[in-house]
Amino acid sequence: MQTQQEITRLQTTIHELLLEAKNQGASAADAGLSIDNGLSVNVRLGDVETIEHHCSQGLGITVYFGQKKGSANSTDLSEKSIKETVTAACSIARYASDDPYAGLPDPDRLASEFKDLELYHPWDLSPNDAINLALSCEDTARQYHPDISNSEGASVDTYQGIRVFGNSLGFLHGYASTRHSISCSVLGERDGNMERDYWYSVARNHKNLESPELVGKKAAERTVLRLGARSLTTRKAPVLYSAEVASGLISSFLGAISGGSLYRKSSFLLDSLGTKVFPDFINIYEQPHLLGALGSACYDAEGVTTKANKIVTDGILDSYLLSSYSARKLDMQSTGHAGGVHNLCISAGEQDFQQLLKQMDTGLLVTELMGQGVNPVTGDYSRGASGFWVEQGEIQYPVQEITIAGNLKDMFQHILAVGNDIDYRGNIRTGSILIEEMAIAGE
Amino acid sequence: MDNSAFQLAKQAILVPSDLQESDIHRVMDQLLNGSVDNGDIYFQSSHYESWVLEDGIIKEGSHNIEQGAGVRALSGEKTGFAYSDKIDLPVLLSAVKNVQAIARQGQTAKTSLPGRTPYPALYAPINPLSSLSDQEKVDFLRKIDAETRKLDPRIEQVIISLVGVQDHILIANQGSSLVGDVRPLVRMNVSVIVEEKGQREQGSMGGGARSDYHYFLEQDRALGFAREAVRQALVNLEAIPAPAGSMPIVLGSGWPGILLHEAIGHGLEGDFNRKGTSAFSGRVGERVASSLCTVVDDGTLQDRRGSLSIDDEGTPTQCTTLIENGILKGYMQDKLNARLMGVQPTGNGRRESYAHTPMPRMTNTYMLPGESDPEEILQSVKNGLYAKNFGGGQVDITSGKFVFSASEAYLIENGKITHPVKGATLIGNGPDVLTRVSMVGNDLALDSGVGTCGKEGQSVPVGVGQPTLKIDALTVGGTNV
Repeated sequence: MQTQQEITRLQTTIHELLLEAKNQGASAADAGLSIDNGLSVNVRLGDVETIEHHCSQGLGITVYFGQKKGSANSTDLSEKSIKETVTAACSIARYASDDPYAGLPDPDRLASEFKDLELYHPWDLSPNDAINLALSCEDTARQYHPDISNSEGASVDTYQGIRVFGNSLGFLHGYASTRHSISCSVLGERDGNMERDYWYSVARNHKNLESPELVGKKAAERTVLRLGARSLTTRKAPVLYSAEVASGLISSFLGAISGGSLYRKSSFLLDSLGTKVFPDFINIYEQPHLLGALGSACYDAEGVTTKANKIVTDGILDSYLLSSYSARKLDMQSTGHAGGVHNLCISAGEQDFQQLLKQMDTGLLVTELMGQGVNPVTGDYSRGASGFWVEQGEIQYPVQEITIAGNLKDMFQHILAVGNDIDYRGNIRTGSILIEEMAIAGE
Repeated sequence: MDNSAFQLAKQAILVPSDLQESDIHRVMDQLLNGSVDNGDIYFQSSHYESWVLEDGIIKEGSHNIEQGAGVRALSGEKTGFAYSDKIDLPVLLSAVKNVQAIARQGQTAKTSLPGRTPYPALYAPINPLSSLSDQEKVDFLRKIDAETRKLDPRIEQVIISLVGVQDHILIANQGSSLVGDVRPLVRMNVSVIVEEKGQREQGSMGGGARSDYHYFLEQDRALGFAREAVRQALVNLEAIPAPAGSMPIVLGSGWPGILLHEAIGHGLEGDFNRKGTSAFSGRVGERVASSLCTVVDDGTLQDRRGSLSIDDEGTPTQCTTLIENGILKGYMQDKLNARLMGVQPTGNGRRESYAHTPMPRMTNTYMLPGESDPEEILQSVKNGLYAKNFGGGQVDITSGKFVFSASEAYLIENGKITHPVKGATLIGNGPDVLTRVSMVGNDLALDSGVGTCGKEGQSVPVGVGQPTLKIDALTVGGTNV
């Protein structure tokens, strides 16, 4: 199998990198290599707009001279470049300070079992096939409603890549993965005002993608629903985050319990381990070994084995997210989170989206957020929003040019429900989230 | 033409790849042979380093080397694009084959080679990475750390980063000789966390330029960033909840010019306007701002972060008037969109790297000064908000809605600045926000050289600026309803 040969070849290169580091005096090192190939096609108004062929590679090395650390990266995998890249990393390490917490992971934490997580499903797709899929996606969107007036186009993307990682403790592993997507963005116009929205589908196996027609239809439906949007007067009201924006709330939570924010004391959830961060009914856990899922991995960015973790049980914080470095800084153990989480799930309630609207009764449904507006140190939160005003559980009209504000600590405590309408398109899997009350600013 | 930059770029890119200029002409002939309208090849070799000081120690550093070539073929509105991390003849010829699939039938274009058009160099073709020795870099960071910690006993954490980039580029275009540029860029940042009575706040300040590391040693700049970061963090310790609702806003000078970038700038990029997807589409000649407002995009400012001697398609940059006395004058263009709209390129064709396609992007976008004294602007507001500094922003160019987040803001009560308020988000509508500008200060300032703009997944360095401004009504997204 060609992919296996390629992995083997890259593993040999990792050996060479680690050996070169040793020869240049490093006491420890880790190295990673990646190769990515892809095709990306965009059509607009019924015609091809771009065809892009992607082909990129990279190597990265981190060396330790005792407790001093240096890194270097290059896009050139040639023998000459390997030497130069290692030299660059070593030269930086010589000027870095002794850091008692620096170093490779504890050997017994490194992954030693490598289950096939079924991440590699190449899609034999010619540029012409891709164009036809994109055309059919955009065409469905444009035919959907007479108010659809223009298009930013539809895209079909397919990527396959190989990652290989090793360190001087003897860890060495490589795997191949794929990622395919279809997306569409169209404009609508009513009374001289334009709105735009989009939809996309993404999967490791193209057979799990939504059909191009469905992606086009959802994009157009979302655009048309936004037409005629108005602002709201300033008020306090319940807010329902639709599933696709609710993941942003959860990622602010993950940022606040990650080792880097904690040891820098730049988190609004300092010293919160074992305390109640969410209401009783919230459970948050991680499933890193789901077959074929977008966030699956056997090990984290430094080779530490990933495990099915419980992060929050009955609202109580069970675990921080730690790399080896942040764990040592906090006098704890790595949790396998160098580089982030892997398929993080929020336990879903019984209610579907419609039932959540009913439970909210009167309030704001948010479907898009704009701007940064989150202070990670204090949890103060204020972001631009658009969505729909809801009364008696029914959508009344689209709204925009408003902001929603609160403090994340309070907002987490006042989650009333999590829906079962889970969005599986990312690394964070959550349904819609209903929050008791937030400040809404408008006209 | 800045010949030294061109020669240096050739040296950095062609020599290691063992390519001659004649090889590139051969590839261009192949690319333009037959049926594409236009095409280009973008070669890049880039060195980037970063140093981070945290907890009082030099915690990490990294050195990145990026090089490759991107080949583009244009036919009507269609673009074929391929890139490779390898720069050699077989790879280039194979990329040419890939991108030609985009071509339509029956068109021909030929390369011709006129001389190079002269343009001024806006920065020296230097290597910032070697402007200080590694020992000097780490000594400098340690010194700034020690001096920052002396500024206030409430400082808990200091993080200082130093970044340098040297970018060599060569562009082969239809109808012109090879052109090249050497682009230095340095950036420094100081962020602090302060703590008082269990309450913590952050502050951050930085700057940069198309220069070398000596830039930070001059005029006490580095410690200036530290003082400003500490000042902002301490102000925020005192901040009360921000008000919510529509009110008069006074925007400070300098970095708050991000308002222009988000609310106006993106909507005036040529691609959106050609496609008719911007809230500003088809509005050239119309009033989009009060008559006090003149806004330009100027890529020609000496040594500025957003400046370029030539853009990434080889077009010399210029100062483009976007809005003059309130009237929309024109858009920012790359070659593709200029050709399709029947106008001239404005030197705004930019790309993140050889692995990305160019599109119309801003350079340094700012509003020209007016006549009001900033003090008089504040005094004219009975109850409102003074937004002195900002984090990032975002815009939906189709609906025109934009947001940006204040990192330092104060209540204005009876013409006087009173309490600092917690970071509030401001939200408005691009096409009408500038029509509500009722006073423009005489204190134009450009930002300190920190801006990075993202569009369709591509990041490029930019600059912004403005004088103090008064906007009669804008929505403030606080919690105090």
